[in-house]
Amino acid sequence: MPNFIDRRLNPKDKSLGNRQRFLKRAREELKRAIKEQVKSGKITDVDAEHNVSMPARGVSEPTFQPAGDSGERQYVLPGNREFAAGDRLPKRSSGGGATGAGAGTGQSQDEFQFVLSREEVLDLFFEDLELPDMVKLNLKESVAFKRRRAGFAATGSPMNINVGRTMRNSFGRRIALHRPGRKEMEAIAEEIARLEVEPNAGAKHLQHLEELRQKLEKLERRRRRIPYVDPVDIRFNRFEQQPLPNASAVMFCLMDVSASMGEREKDLAKRFFVLLHLFLKRRYDRIDIVFIRHTDEAGEVDENTFFYSKQSGGTIVSTALEEMLRVIRERYPAREWNIYAAQASDGENISGDSERCASLLHDDLMRLCQYYAYVEIIDERETEIFGTTDNGTSLWRAYRTVDGEWPNFQMTRIAKPADIYPVFRKLFGKQPAVQVRK
Amino acid sequence: MPKKGAASNLLFQGSDWNFETLSRAYDAIETVALEDLGLDVYPNQLEIISSEQMLDAYSSVGMPLMYQHWSFGKRFVFEDNLYRRGRRGLAYELVINSNPCITYLMEENTMAMQALVTAHAAFGHNHFFKNNYLFRQWTDASAILSYMEFAKKYIIKCEERYGTTAVEAILDSAHALMDQGVFRYRRPPRLSSEKERERMRERLEYEEQTFSDLWRTLPTTSESSDPDAVERDVMERKKALNLPDENLLYFLEKTSLILEPWQREILRIVRVIAQYFYPQRQTKVMNEGCATFVHYTIMNTLFDQGRVTEGAMLEILQSHTNVVFQPSFDDPRFPGINPYALGFAMMQDIERICVDPTSEDRDWFPEIAGSGNWRETLLDAWANHRDESFILQYLSPSLIRKFRLFLLSDEADEKYCEVASIHNERGYEAIRAALARSYDIGANQPDIQVMDVDLLGDRHLRLQHNIKNGVLLEETSRDATLRHVRHLWGYEVSLAGVEAETGETLYECSTADIEE
Repeated sequence: MPNFIDRRLNPKDKSLGNRQRFLKRAREELKRAIKEQVKSGKITDVDAEHNVSMPARGVSEPTFQPAGDSGERQYVLPGNREFAAGDRLPKRSSGGGATGAGAGTGQSQDEFQFVLSREEVLDLFFEDLELPDMVKLNLKESVAFKRRRAGFAATGSPMNINVGRTMRNSFGRRIALHRPGRKEMEAIAEEIARLEVEPNAGAKHLQHLEELRQKLEKLERRRRRIPYVDPVDIRFNRFEQQPLPNASAVMFCLMDVSASMGEREKDLAKRFFVLLHLFLKRRYDRIDIVFIRHTDEAGEVDENTFFYSKQSGGTIVSTALEEMLRVIRERYPAREWNIYAAQASDGENISGDSERCASLLHDDLMRLCQYYAYVEIIDERETEIFGTTDNGTSLWRAYRTVDGEWPNFQMTRIAKPADIYPVFRKLFGKQPAVQVRK
Repeated sequence: MPKKGAASNLLFQGSDWNFETLSRAYDAIETVALEDLGLDVYPNQLEIISSEQMLDAYSSVGMPLMYQHWSFGKRFVFEDNLYRRGRRGLAYELVINSNPCITYLMEENTMAMQALVTAHAAFGHNHFFKNNYLFRQWTDASAILSYMEFAKKYIIKCEERYGTTAVEAILDSAHALMDQGVFRYRRPPRLSSEKERERMRERLEYEEQTFSDLWRTLPTTSESSDPDAVERDVMERKKALNLPDENLLYFLEKTSLILEPWQREILRIVRVIAQYFYPQRQTKVMNEGCATFVHYTIMNTLFDQGRVTEGAMLEILQSHTNVVFQPSFDDPRFPGINPYALGFAMMQDIERICVDPTSEDRDWFPEIAGSGNWRETLLDAWANHRDESFILQYLSPSLIRKFRLFLLSDEADEKYCEVASIHNERGYEAIRAALARSYDIGANQPDIQVMDVDLLGDRHLRLQHNIKNGVLLEETSRDATLRHVRHLWGYEVSLAGVEAETGETLYECSTADIEE
């Protein structure tokens, strides 16, 4: 007789702790993978689910393994149909049949993938932007809702009783159930009163009176049984949470792509644009993104070209602003669109052009834009020097004058991802105070 | 069997099971196993678990008790992923080499499957564990569970005291060297009993508590300046270190100068587990073959006795056929040679040779051919062989033909693989020898030994990789593993690849050159 033990009620998830340890370890790797994807993917992609294949670095378990591409080996394989001794087979690149010896013993774990939810992706993305938790929560929260009338309901709070609809129901019910009307009863009561005061009362007369009294009593009973307003008549106004209809916004990304902008600068700029997009996405249903890049001439391009294609030439910043103005006039009238602009540059500009940029902003653009943010990407070593002073490139100095005049203009120098967020705090922190257009 | 008794004779009907039918089936299976096949088993303990618990169980290397480590979590996520995407089914059974022998039955299985698993695991594997010489010599079935309990508790205690990160770091390094943590040639010391372990730990703790650094500052009495004496000391120490040593983990545990006592204990735990699983890795074909042969024979016997319905038998045969399916090398499903298929086929073949031999069999297996004694022959094979010697002794030409085996030789420099032998008269010997060799772990695993260390000098640990057939190590993982060795050793570690035949050094690498 064997010993049977029922373990089904034992706790499951014995390996939960192990899995948590594994995920903790994998987290760093995932962060790196997300960063990679932000770098190579589209701006709007950040705000989505991601497949992340598990990178091996931090969670690999190295052992001494024989190398597959050296030495002589012999394999015994089953299923020979056509070969004779001495035949030669061309090798396949990955050696499909070359697993004979180690099958089962070698732990060949092919890459497996995680699907990260939108929240998890954003969490990892925010981590080195150093966003405060409050902001993170706000960004992740999707849409604002508004209560909207949506018909009637049989249940609800007394506050929401719809009197008209309730009375209509009650009236219908009263008719259907033949609730005696007041007029009808009053007429009988009058008749009774009239008969009662009549002096010469014969037997027939008295009988009629008695019938009338009985009829009145019956009516009164009926009236009591069928109330004027019954709970079943009551209707409440029904409300539904409806997503707040948002206006559309357009976001202009302006970037200097001249030779002085390296990989690091572009990466920082991209993170800046991504964050702006996330902020805007919270408020608007539809966001168009316009990419304008410039060297000594500017052009509207698609996202891929914007970040990855190379272009050489000098730097004339004003061309980008002019291009933006052109696009606004052509496609995004300020009456219908909320216009946001983000400009990233290393501050280099041809001499004399910076003033022109400033005047373009003063005269036209700032009137059209909701917000205009300018980030100057500097070397990390330069933060010490430039961090606090107003000195700097000519572009910086020129923009300074705009900054003083327009509350919806922001400018900052950034050197690392963590510097990006404060720009937004300034930008959106002021929001309630100013209503620019309208 | 008389037909009329058949209906009342049935062990079970339908696919539902309950403890009563399980127990009835068990008794019938036991009778066949012990009386007909002559098996000899540990007492059985059958545990019913759910599929989630099964996933849990095999992500912790199949042990019911295991310490916590992220790599088990990784394995779980990996298995779970495959399972959920339908790329892999769950194993029907899991059996633990312990006394009593623990077999897991999954609650989702049908009664027919439960009977199959009982015959397969509780008798086939169980018999093999108890009788095979490797398991008898190298594992201690009665002590393993209590040892695992100790290991789990000990590691939890270490984590409480020294922090999870520190313990994890040691475990990571120890796991990397698990393959180099077994005694291949000499028998490991028996697992000490719980009491002894307790005593040892108390002694260690006492030493830790009473340790006083002041003693170190006492001047040594015999400050010898005689160079000969120093050299002699060094020689003696080397000799005392027992070099060269194939068990790297053991060497580090005993000799490393930087490890704390608890870290040594953790290395020991990992080493003991590696050692415990070492025989299993050498007997895959035999172990699975034995279990499969046993379940096949028992279930057929029960069917012949009219105790299993035809429907149940069909289900059993279907699952049996899946298990012993061997795709050809050019089939996309080909995962290598299926140990179930090969082991089962060989054991059936042995039965055939004993009972109904051809003249070819008489030439190849004069001792057993026609002896009729297949039970004794198989019991003997199960007890006294591991995969390599089993194949070398029993793989018959007719089976080589049946599997259409062929031998492919592959030289790294060539663009072609050459077919060296096929299933014909000239090829049998070569194929058999090569197949046997491919199951010899000693020959296929990198042979890495501790060669030399100057403990009084720079403490540079020198390892040597004996290269056979020019097979080198995969470089990325080699360097990463060396970093782990360095982590445990504390000083420079170098590895030299020496060709076994010529003695020529093919490569050398050292942790000094590897970036951290």
